[in-house]
Amino acid sequence: MAAVTDEVLTFDEAMAQYEPVLGFEVHVELNTKTKMFSSAPNGFGDEPNTNVTPVDLGLPGVLPVVNGKAVEYSIKLGLALNCQIAEVCGFARKNYFYPDTPKNFQTSQYDDPIAHDGWLDVELEDGTVFRVEIERAHMEEDAGKLTHQGGASGRIQDAASSLVDYNRAGVPLVEIVTKPITGAGERAAELAKAYVTQIRDIVKNLGISDARMERGNVRCDANVSLMPKGSTVFGTRTETKNVNSTRAVAHAVTYEIQRQAAVLASGGSVTQETRHWQEGTRTTTSGRPKSDADDYRYFPEPDLVPIHTTAEWIERLRAELPEPPAERRKRLQADWGFSDEEFRDVVNAGVLDEIAATIEAGASASAARKWWMGEIARLANLAEKDIAELGVTPADVVEVEALIAEKTINDKLAKQVLGFVADGEGAPRAIVEARSLAVVSDDGALNAAVEAAIAENPGVVDKIKAGKLQAIGALIGPVMKATRGQADAARVREIVMEQLGVSE
Amino acid sequence: MTELTELSANELIKLTALQMAERLRAGEITSVELTQAHLDRIAAVDGPADGQGTGVHAFLHVNTEEALAVAAEVDAIRAAGGTEAQDLHPLAGVPIAVKDLIVTVGQPTTAASKMLEGWMSPYDATVVEKIRAARLPILGKTNLDEFAMGSSTEHSAFGDTRNPWDLGRIPGGSGGGSAAAVAAFMAPLALGTDTGGSIRQPGAVTGTVGAKPTYGAVSRYGVIAMASSLDQVGPVTRTVSDAAALQELIGGHDPKDSTSLPEPMDGLLEAARNGELAGLRIGIIAELEGEGFQEGVLARFQESVQVLKDAGAEVSEVSCPHLGYALGAYYLIMPSEVSSNLAKFDGVRFGNRVVPDGGGTIEQVMGATRAAGFGDEVKRRIILGTYALSAGYYDAYYGSAQKVRTLIQRDFAAAFEQVDLLISPTSPVTAFPLGEKLDDPVAMYNNDIATIPANLAGIPGISVPAGLSEGLPVGIQFLAPARGDATMYRAAAALESRLEEAWGTPFWAQAPELAASSAAAPAGVENAAATATAGGEN
Repeated sequence: MAAVTDEVLTFDEAMAQYEPVLGFEVHVELNTKTKMFSSAPNGFGDEPNTNVTPVDLGLPGVLPVVNGKAVEYSIKLGLALNCQIAEVCGFARKNYFYPDTPKNFQTSQYDDPIAHDGWLDVELEDGTVFRVEIERAHMEEDAGKLTHQGGASGRIQDAASSLVDYNRAGVPLVEIVTKPITGAGERAAELAKAYVTQIRDIVKNLGISDARMERGNVRCDANVSLMPKGSTVFGTRTETKNVNSTRAVAHAVTYEIQRQAAVLASGGSVTQETRHWQEGTRTTTSGRPKSDADDYRYFPEPDLVPIHTTAEWIERLRAELPEPPAERRKRLQADWGFSDEEFRDVVNAGVLDEIAATIEAGASASAARKWWMGEIARLANLAEKDIAELGVTPADVVEVEALIAEKTINDKLAKQVLGFVADGEGAPRAIVEARSLAVVSDDGALNAAVEAAIAENPGVVDKIKAGKLQAIGALIGPVMKATRGQADAARVREIVMEQLGVSE
Repeated sequence: MTELTELSANELIKLTALQMAERLRAGEITSVELTQAHLDRIAAVDGPADGQGTGVHAFLHVNTEEALAVAAEVDAIRAAGGTEAQDLHPLAGVPIAVKDLIVTVGQPTTAASKMLEGWMSPYDATVVEKIRAARLPILGKTNLDEFAMGSSTEHSAFGDTRNPWDLGRIPGGSGGGSAAAVAAFMAPLALGTDTGGSIRQPGAVTGTVGAKPTYGAVSRYGVIAMASSLDQVGPVTRTVSDAAALQELIGGHDPKDSTSLPEPMDGLLEAARNGELAGLRIGIIAELEGEGFQEGVLARFQESVQVLKDAGAEVSEVSCPHLGYALGAYYLIMPSEVSSNLAKFDGVRFGNRVVPDGGGTIEQVMGATRAAGFGDEVKRRIILGTYALSAGYYDAYYGSAQKVRTLIQRDFAAAFEQVDLLISPTSPVTAFPLGEKLDDPVAMYNNDIATIPANLAGIPGISVPAGLSEGLPVGIQFLAPARGDATMYRAAAALESRLEEAWGTPFWAQAPELAASSAAAPAGVENAAATATAGGEN
């Protein structure tokens, strides 16, 4: 990795002089059963080069066929983004030589995207709504995945060899491109995060993508430029590629603002280029120069015929759209009985869908909120991940609740179990069994532990016998310690009272 | 089964495909006999598959074992009788040759390029699947200009194919191998592909019938793409009816080809058998009968026009004013698509890979592979197309060419409001000597002046023999509106039968005997072509 460290201004210094202009290109992988142009399965995590047909390998003689489901998903997304849907649109070839692109061209929409001219109202943490104009949403195919071996940077330039997996080649993508976003000012990073989060939530809500950023289902390229405060002439922009978490998007935007501000403030000029996000240092590094002269020799894809969208078709798809998120939120808040503050916290934590799914699967609203906003949020924070990316599912939470209800575990154990779930050890019940975590419900063992605690704490015992029942807690502690936390605290209390002959 | 004598084998291979099919159905011959007769003919006249011999060299690969196995299957089914025998396709057991641009499991597919030498496709083209389903033994893969780029088959990486009418001359191209195989009785049927005339022009110069169906009538899946918006698979045969029957077999909608027409095109063979011309309005394309056309070619063409008139067709002259720009537009659109279609040949996933000395970056490996794997004509078109699509030139070149394409489509649309069919000579010249135009690409490109417009417009065209000029075949071309293939076959068959009547013999019977098989010359089929009388040479 290049050891060059760029100069940066502090964020406040940057904001004092410059106004940021943002732009986002978000790629969404659709979760269709098959690929964009072939009948190969669209799957993640399979053996390399198994989800391929001759079409995906670009073998001589093959032809593409458009996946109708992918078109429908794209139209739904366009509608959800308040876009116009093109009556007629087609595909083009984007020509460039790269080994992850089997045909050495990408089949993509070019000058006639399926959806265009929309908008999205992005809600910031304090409830402020910021309208982002959508320029277009177009269909294209994903590339294969290269693994570079024997180089220090993990990039193709200094690799000794590279392996290529075409399982991802041809996976349907929709690329959502915003118009330049001005006026976000010091809230630029916050807006960036909120925008990407909202796109992620929309595609998930539509059911058209698995929307898992850690798997690359949603990937963001962030364009940033600065102009002097008061100016309306855009500066030179950089494009930071493949920023793959909502947090990283915010960090990348912040960093680019600070870096570009330092360049401009020292009298320099920003280089128009692609930049790479470095998660480790939370910086961006220079990639290849990008200019508008990049020549992909686009021309209409002659192997495909134009797609005609009829009004009936579009209306049928519109009718299938799920409830819009804003309306849904109002309804859910009422159903769950959360206060405005509680509900906004839930939304801002990005766990609305998780809580909804947890309640749907049988948990109470308060229990769902307790776990997602409590222990799971704490674990995510610790792991520096978004909650949705932690790996704990609503089903896991429901299972934990069930284990508590049947007194197999207590709250304390439940927290440990969730930690193990996040570590990828499996589902809660399996973890409880594998790790022998169940609460001690054997009264024999508990009686012995209580007897020992009574014997060791005569002072406490006296207080209890004198009627100070709240002192029982001082005996429960040692018992829990002796049973390594696996005792049911309520049962311990009962046994203490039995042994001491006191009652409530 | 009695052993066929050499003489009868030689007669057998000169039957039409439909006659062969009829005799197979009648049990007079077996498919194994028929297939073996063609394999023997290939062995006798084609020379070694590496092109190092002095034979025709139509084949790059001969598929002896599999062809005989399929033939034996057909014979067994027929011998067993019952519904399976009844369900056999009418052409079952009639052997066929396949242009080596069409992928086949179990046989190499090279596109006549070093790039793909030794490559075996893991899948069959849709047309090959159909041929297999109908149980036509595949005799082998035929030679072509590399990636179908050329008009003489001299751009094959594996040696020239020679014209059976004169081994010193070109068989046309790109499908010279399929045309020569059919002309030299090595196969009764062959598959070709036509991007700018690659079926019809070889048909004209080898005295065979070559048809380019309406764009989309036959699946392109598994046909190595040259120019996707122009490519079309079609039949190469000795008679119009054979061509119609073969198009019916290979045609129809294919869900794997988005550009394939949704409705099947039936009734082609029926139309060819109808042969009625009365009342049919036929237009002579004014722009395709003057400058650049050989005198002998124009003479045969005029005679055919007279035959059509005599048979009751209403013949008039029609103008397609933008045809003069067709060649220019074609040589921008075609190379543009070529430059993109051939990008996949980079040595990464299949085919040959060339690693520069001492290794190299991926770009260097791709570069070395393409430098070594492609021939000059392919490189010329890739460079031309890359340039035409470049930013800043796109509008002037590719964009303008597409506008011309639209104008030509309008010309045809207007013409077909006046007439049912259009005619012209297929090729401006007869077969020229090998090597004559190899160093002059533009002269080579001019061979396709009359065939290219049909590809630009997506309409069907067919070339049928119109006689001889100085001992060499001349072809006449019929063009029909899109989906008008049946009318095209009807008129072409009508002309064919009337010319045959006039000559007193089928056209192909005038073909010279090839040296290797001259000893087996059957009685009654004299070497009439040498005197070039049958065509009424002036």
